[in-house]
Amino acid sequence: MRQIHLGAMFPGTNSNTVWNDPRSGSYLDFDTYVQFAGNAEQAKFDFVFFAEGLRLREQNGRIYERDLATRPDNFTVLAALAAVTDRIGLTATINSTFNEPYEVARQFATLDHLCAGRAGWNVVTSWDRFVGENFRRGSFLRKEQRYERAELFLDAVMRIMASWRDGDLLVDKESGRFVADPDVGAFEHRDAQFDIAGHFGVPPGPQGRPVVFQAGTSDEGREFAAARADAIFGMYSPVEEKIAFYADVKGRLARYGRTNDSLLILPASTFAIGDTDAEAREVAMAVRHQQVDGRTAITFLESLWNRDLSAYDPDGPLPEVDPLLEGTRASELAGVRHYPDRIATAREWRELAEAKNYTIRELVIHIMGWQTFIGSPSTIADQMMSMVSAGACDGFIMVPHILPHALEQFTATVVPILQERGVFRSEYEGTTLRDHLGVSAAAASTR
Amino acid sequence: MTRTPLLFAVALDGAGWHPAAWREADARPDRLTTPGYWTALVVAAERGGVDFVTIEDSMTIQTTDPHRVRGRMDAVQVAARVAPATSHIGLVPTVTVTHTEPFHTSRAIATLDLISRGRAGWSPRTAALHETALFGRRGAASVEESLTEAADYVEVVRELWDSWEDDAVIQDGATGRFVDADRLHHIDFHGRWFDVKGPSVVARPPQGQPLVCVCAPDDDGVRLAARTADVVFATPADRTRARQVVDRVRAAQGDASRENEEIHVFADLTVFLDVEPGRARERRSRLDDLGGPCPTDAKTVAGTPAELADLMHEWRTVGLAGFRLRPAALPHDLDQICGPLVAELRRRGMFPNARPAETLRGRLGLPRPGSRYTRGGTT
Repeated sequence: MRQIHLGAMFPGTNSNTVWNDPRSGSYLDFDTYVQFAGNAEQAKFDFVFFAEGLRLREQNGRIYERDLATRPDNFTVLAALAAVTDRIGLTATINSTFNEPYEVARQFATLDHLCAGRAGWNVVTSWDRFVGENFRRGSFLRKEQRYERAELFLDAVMRIMASWRDGDLLVDKESGRFVADPDVGAFEHRDAQFDIAGHFGVPPGPQGRPVVFQAGTSDEGREFAAARADAIFGMYSPVEEKIAFYADVKGRLARYGRTNDSLLILPASTFAIGDTDAEAREVAMAVRHQQVDGRTAITFLESLWNRDLSAYDPDGPLPEVDPLLEGTRASELAGVRHYPDRIATAREWRELAEAKNYTIRELVIHIMGWQTFIGSPSTIADQMMSMVSAGACDGFIMVPHILPHALEQFTATVVPILQERGVFRSEYEGTTLRDHLGVSAAAASTR
Repeated sequence: MTRTPLLFAVALDGAGWHPAAWREADARPDRLTTPGYWTALVVAAERGGVDFVTIEDSMTIQTTDPHRVRGRMDAVQVAARVAPATSHIGLVPTVTVTHTEPFHTSRAIATLDLISRGRAGWSPRTAALHETALFGRRGAASVEESLTEAADYVEVVRELWDSWEDDAVIQDGATGRFVDADRLHHIDFHGRWFDVKGPSVVARPPQGQPLVCVCAPDDDGVRLAARTADVVFATPADRTRARQVVDRVRAAQGDASRENEEIHVFADLTVFLDVEPGRARERRSRLDDLGGPCPTDAKTVAGTPAELADLMHEWRTVGLAGFRLRPAALPHDLDQICGPLVAELRRRGMFPNARPAETLRGRLGLPRPGSRYTRGGTT
């Protein structure tokens, strides 16, 4: 039976998070983070995962008020969580546009030491001028350069991290030699993006290189992952699309001399659990209504329409007017890049709402999608196992909508069933994140 | 304002500040990149009653001499790693400001403050010339330029901490608003080296303004400190020079229009300590023979805890708030600080039995400032 890999994502600035449920912990209290990691580790998850946001969302120059907006720094959070956990992988997104390879190499080498080999990095490259306004680099990167930047950035980081070799560290008190020779740690790296050289200041961590995640489904993203990543942070999508994606990405591995299991595909997955399947469907519906209230629905439409729609009733029909193509009202919400033709999308949505007799709020609930898994614990365990055996993925990154409640519910009810069925570990076997995932540092090498 | 009797910091770096410290019998140079090494040191300092530790950092290796310790971990992460294992001691990592992003540093220190429940500070450091090529993005800056950039950098870090007012997070379930946009502020900083829009992406840290500690080895450092710091680390060679540097800080504080703010001046001392007379000097000369002398910027004291206490007693009357001790060898000199030295200072009434405050600012008798963006400006 194929083993399932499980990660847990910390809820963040997105429409899935329900921060105003009475069962929600405080996002201003670090205990919520500690409890989250402890819960996932107790359930023997492979890793916890933290996303990153480098600019608060805005609408018309005003901060968008409905987001769970506060988001601490990932390296600092992970280093602290290393102190209160022993085995679970500690992974996060770190942007490759608004950092330099040298400092990211230092930070990941440090983190890998401080957590004894449990560090993982989701490489994300942004080209967004809006976010760039918080950084020295500003709007430097052109959109079409983003994968070049990501590839060269990752290659540079790995080159820097590999600059210490076996046998460099002597630490011989008798002879007084700390390192083998003056040049230990020396590196040089030149390419279209970087021209850097010097001595790397951190000896290699236990994993040598952190586990590398990639998120993104474009052709370039898939190629990037096939060449360089250890795991893919997958998006929400229907099972048939997951199967096609899985086959396509795994099919690219041979070209890089890699085996099928050297790259794991782990889609983000939401869930609603009930004692029975019928109860779970009710839970799912209630959660969707918590996630999308009237005001959230209007804001969602505004991000496509690019207009002020505050006069519309969320429990009424969709706007008759067409989206505005000029102006930037919506650009800072970044929700509509998936819809290149706004006029056509608006027309589709109007037709859908008319056919199904949806109000604005109902339509948005429909479009924003249902939970990946809905059912009793054993139904969800069945669904997960059948997705893995159908070749849709190698495991899942669970995204709880309420902390600590939702993750605790999952770990208390679904995980024991997966363990009983022999598809998920009951004890950690190894100590590093690479051990948990079964991906060796040599498999995805820098080219 | 409450003024604590004498403040104590300990500066941690590798195996200690002497270049041959790693060769001592009790040294653990093979463990310098393990979390247990740092946790043990900081826990020992906390038990000893030390107000805060600083953690040295640099971008590249310390030296190309193969006989010296090579390798350092990112100090902010080291501080974060030891935070959950401690509960009272302040944590002050060094952060390089020359090639890094003030936006990242601001939220990293705010996060350190969050996880340590108000015990965070940081010490900005300008990069050395030979670190420029590690980034390759621009030519080397002059010392003067680096210092001006550092001042801008600290200003941006501080403005970002204030960019969320204390009550910006409202979590109003009825209206679905997590934050109040009126209490979040663009900082709109424009400078020669960077423009930063803001606001920060993390709520205002527990202390409001975590501690900013600036090393002031010379007049340039004094000017930077007077503009930006809560704490200044000076390196006077004797009592007269200690008085001079305090006077210079006070004058520069006036020039920077900060005469009404409290800035603590600490004197740095590198210490070899042993209770048995003559033993510390013996250790110092043995280590000097092995690896050359300690860095010469700060005064080195090799003696008994009583001798060091005498010196501290004599110096402190010139207006120093406290001392930052650099243990020459770890763990030995840290143990001597936390044990015999603290006992000696207590006997003389120079060391408090307990600090009442929970936060680092509180320990140092510094007020918690309100956000500069709060209307009416509360303090």
